Amino acid sequence: MNNRAYIAADNDGQPILKFLLRELKPKGKALTPFNIISVPIILLGVVLIVYRFIYGIGSITNLSQDMPWGLWIGFDVVTGVAFAGGAYVLTFMVYILNMKKYHSIVRVTVLNGFLAYLFYAGALLLDLGRPWNVINPIIGNNFGVSSVLFLVAWHFLLYMVAQLIEFSPAIAEWLGARRARKILSGMTLAAVIFGITLSMLHQSGLGALYLMAKEKIHPLWYSEFIPIMFFVSSIFAGLSMVIFEGSVSHRIFADQISDKHQKAQAGIIHGLAKVCTGALFAYFFLQVLVFLHGKNWVYINTPMGYWFLVEMLGFVLVPMLLFFYSYRKGNIFLIRLASIVTMVGVVLNRLNVTVIGFRWDAAVHYVPSWMEIVVTLTVLFTEIWIFRWVINRMPVLRESPKWVNETKTNQVSVVDHRRA
Amino acid sequence: MDLNRRSFFKVMGATGLTLAVGKDLKASPKAGKEKEFYGVLYDSVRCKGCRGCEYDCADANGLPEPLPNKEIKGLRKPDEFHRTVVNEYKTSKGIVYAKMQCMHCNEPACAAACLTQAMTKTQDGPVIWRGDKCMGCRYCMVSCPYDTPKFEFHSANPKIQKCTMCYETRVQKGELPACVENCPNEALMFGTRRELITEARKRIVENPDLYYDHINGEHEAGGTCWLQLSPVPFHELGVKTVSNESYPSMTKGFLYSVPSVFVLVPALLLGIQQSTKGNSLKEDNEDE
Ligand code: SF4
Ligand code: SF4
Repeated sequence: MNNRAYIAADNDGQPILKFLLRELKPKGKALTPFNIISVPIILLGVVLIVYRFIYGIGSITNLSQDMPWGLWIGFDVVTGVAFAGGAYVLTFMVYILNMKKYHSIVRVTVLNGFLAYLFYAGALLLDLGRPWNVINPIIGNNFGVSSVLFLVAWHFLLYMVAQLIEFSPAIAEWLGARRARKILSGMTLAAVIFGITLSMLHQSGLGALYLMAKEKIHPLWYSEFIPIMFFVSSIFAGLSMVIFEGSVSHRIFADQISDKHQKAQAGIIHGLAKVCTGALFAYFFLQVLVFLHGKNWVYINTPMGYWFLVEMLGFVLVPMLLFFYSYRKGNIFLIRLASIVTMVGVVLNRLNVTVIGFRWDAAVHYVPSWMEIVVTLTVLFTEIWIFRWVINRMPVLRESPKWVNETKTNQVSVVDHRRA
Repeated sequence: MDLNRRSFFKVMGATGLTLAVGKDLKASPKAGKEKEFYGVLYDSVRCKGCRGCEYDCADANGLPEPLPNKEIKGLRKPDEFHRTVVNEYKTSKGIVYAKMQCMHCNEPACAAACLTQAMTKTQDGPVIWRGDKCMGCRYCMVSCPYDTPKFEFHSANPKIQKCTMCYETRVQKGELPACVENCPNEALMFGTRRELITEARKRIVENPDLYYDHINGEHEAGGTCWLQLSPVPFHELGVKTVSNESYPSMTKGFLYSVPSVFVLVPALLLGIQQSTKGNSLKEDNEDE
């Protein structure tokens, strides 16, 4: 019997189409504050996107010949992907280091990561002037293999596939496809290993994109070590996002979460805070080394120098100490605060490299137009909508259906179980 | 165990793919080194600032006609409507004119950046742009140290505009680039890069009072096919200071590390996974 037939047959005998149609309908209240804010913005964003495709990128952005990349690349793509780094760090901890404790948040993190890539990397398409040629580097008639962007784009694509495989057991459980679930979860470890490798390369690759812009980026932010900096900071960027997102979803989707998970939450947050402290420390140390190595003292007593100090002290050193202190004290509230400060710091850092410090010396500095911001929010809100849709339907936060545990009684594979 | 062996092979398969790509990488930038590059020598000492080349360029490339002298205020830069501009500079030696356009680097950052090979270094030296391949990502603009490529931000079918040394339209047919052919003051000279450097040196040696002793483009950005002579230090002519290192070499370290990461990291991860497996089983029992 093929898998399709299984899917249809397993789903309590319901025809799959009917099931999908029913699931497509919205659930829950329509007039939540989030909906009231996000719907008009999304609608406006869609209008702006249509306008942009008719009248050109310049019609809604403040980009210029001197500033070819702005908010859409600097924030949506470069920053968004850094925050999506939580998925590879967590899969590393759970599947490679076998730290069982974090298993219950893997799914939601992978889902978050996958959607982030889909939308934020997808935002790249909005920024392409000639998107119809995007097929060229993919189907292989023109491989620019010496291009960092080529590497990054391919890694985005492959990593999305890996994440989809990592997440697919949840989809199978939702559809009630038992056999498919077994096959898919058997592929998890391979997907995880592949995904971690890809992530290391493209997280640093996003930094490597800017290596040739040597004279254009302020020397305090440019060094040949940008790729390493981007990689290390993606660890705590991703985990801070996991902590933050976890505390939000635990409130909003409280009905989805079993008691067991609720209780495990504190332990998880503690553990993550510890990892964040370490990663932040390594990052701070690297920054200091690069600073000394680059003999950057000369720039410190300038406006950009003060700005650099704000970033390094206020948003790297302070959250590091805060994380350290709060996990020692076991203070969940402070950990959450630290994660928010860290996230602000990551946004600052990415924007400093890509937007603020890029052409810092230009006579007229680029400031994004309100329309660029609306489009960015549109991307963000649409992602949250999809996220919410999935959470309310698939076993992401809640427990897997009963049959999952029943069917796997005597196959003890490391990968193939999902429990609190 | 069975499962792990299988996944290991899957991972190795993927690695093979990247290794193959990694190999191409080493071959690409060097191509064409055997053949001599052509280029242009522009001499600011001879240039009288007539801006004839601007008009010829616009004409040859279907761009709008440049503004007349009296409407020009201040210094201009090439943009999406002007692939080249000639500016007037007040320097330590009085008024000097300088032409700006793509430098046609020997190892162009733009071509290394381009993920579709739309921007490409031809065997003969000129760096050209091909619209049927370009996806408009503008990474070439981010990477070019001279800010040469310009993008039509206000078009639904935007093109990258930059000097192509008239490669496809004229040079390949054995003609001179439009600007070179029409310059009334012989300020522009077309030839092989080697010939041009010899000629430039000769001019400097024969007239040391007239020339500043440097050929812009001999070493800049790893060497460029477009060369420039000047009576004054080049910064007085608004020439950007760029490093002498080739720009693509700045990303090579990163790109070359990719194949080894793809071999080492998966193996390492699998190793760690195997060695921590015991812990999990122990924990398992505790849990259940
Ligand atoms: S000057 Fe810029 S556009 Fe011209 S060849 Fe060099 S890198 Fe490319
Ligand atoms: S804008 Fe076009 S030519 Fe420039 S890097 Fe992108 S694809 Fe290549």
